[in-house]
Order: sequence, then C-alpha cells, then structure tokens
Amino acid sequence: MIVPTRRLLLAAPALLLMPRQAGATQAAMEEAVRGFTGGAAITRGRVALDISPLVENGNTVPLSVIVDSPMTEADHVRAIAIFNERNPQPHVITAQLGPRAGRAILSTHIRLATSQTLLAVAALSDGSFWSDSAQVVVTLAACIEG
Amino acid sequence: MARVLINVPRSARRGDVITIRTLIQHTMETGYRPNAQGDVMPRDIIRRFTCTYDGAVVFSAELSPAIAANPFLSFTTVATSSGTVTMTWEGDNGFAQTETRAIEVT
Repeated sequence: MIVPTRRLLLAAPALLLMPRQAGATQAAMEEAVRGFTGGAAITRGRVALDISPLVENGNTVPLSVIVDSPMTEADHVRAIAIFNERNPQPHVITAQLGPRAGRAILSTHIRLATSQTLLAVAALSDGSFWSDSAQVVVTLAACIEG
Repeated sequence: MARVLINVPRSARRGDVITIRTLIQHTMETGYRPNAQGDVMPRDIIRRFTCTYDGAVVFSAELSPAIAANPFLSFTTVATSSGTVTMTWEGDNGFAQTETRAIEVT
C-alpha cells in the first residue's frame, strides 16, 4: 500500500493535468495522409495554408489553401486535402479540382478540438504531392464539449 | 429544405476566373458530443458537395465532422459559357439538396 506522503499529495494535481488521449494521433494522421497520397513522397512548398495562428473559438475556424499552379490541362492541381493531428478524426476535407478551376484555391470553416498542427496536401497532375503545415493555438475547443 | 447562401456572379467575361462561395444551414453533428442526458448524439453531417457548370463537374469535396456547422465553401472556376451552375449537397440521414444559379458569359 502506498503511504500518502506529503510529496504524493502535492503531485496529485499534476495527474489531473495530464493530457487526455482523445482523438487522432500523429500516427493516425500519417495513415490518413498515406491514404490520400498512396505512399508517395510529399515535398514541402508550393502550397500555402492560411489560418490564424491564435484561434479563440475552435467551433468555426476560417482556413484557406492556395496552391501555386498554372492550372492548365498539362499542369494542374487534382486535389487538395487537409488533415489535423488531434481532432477525433484526422481527416478534415478532400477537394477535387481540375483545369477548369482557373486557380487552385479553397476556403472553408473547420473545427479544432485543441491546439495542434494542421497539414494541407496538394496532389498535382504530374503525380507529385506538395504540402504546408500550420501550428494553431485554440483557446475554446470544439467537438468534445457539448 | 435547408437555407443556403450562394454567391455566383450573374455575369462574367469569357475566360474570367470567378469565385463561387456557398454556405448551407446544417448542424454538422460530429457524433462525439453528448446531449443534456449525457448520451452521445449520432453523427449527422454533409458528406459530399459537388458543383457542376453546364453539366461538367468543376469542383467536389468530401467533408468530415471537422467541418464547422453551416458548411462554407469557396472555390473558383473559369467562366466558359452562359449556362447554369448546379450545386449539390449530400449527407447522412438522406440529406440531399440541389441549388442552381444562372450565369451569363459575354
């Protein structure tokens, strides 16, 4: 039996502050990304993930992704996908575009369960994948709380 | 029918890149939130959005519970010819809604 020492009692609140293991993890996100790329290598660059670094309300977070691409029949963005690290599910949105889009830009509003890293991946017509990530701090979480 | 806000320019010049913005009223229930009784409410989201321009798909998206309530989507397309832009939302519990907007290209 553990004798409740003064030191143990002082340590008790620290246990309450331990992060809850709720939601997706880095590994889950990587698997979701693999599902999108089919295991192909992803290069950083050409993609710009635009999101506020400090978010007050995780229930609606404006976000936009712009990919540097001429959007011609020969060279265009096929799809853009957004992933997160610590929501209950790693996938956020997958959008299919084509040369008729004119520009590779996508804006939407998302939910964030906690402060985390977001990843945007663009699939180009030549089969290459490009990405950008963004770190976001959230003060009021979404998803879990009623 | 859910209320929608759609912004498609009424007219455009041929070859112009136009921005289409859509917002639809929907709770996008995540399937993770408890209700007042403490039971987890079942998922009810819009899963798919498709935009066609004169019959050809120009933009489509698969949504997850991570998309905020009243999903907003903004994207672009090239004004090719006068016609209709059709937007379809499909989701859980048989949710389906289609909206059309006319565009005049000069």
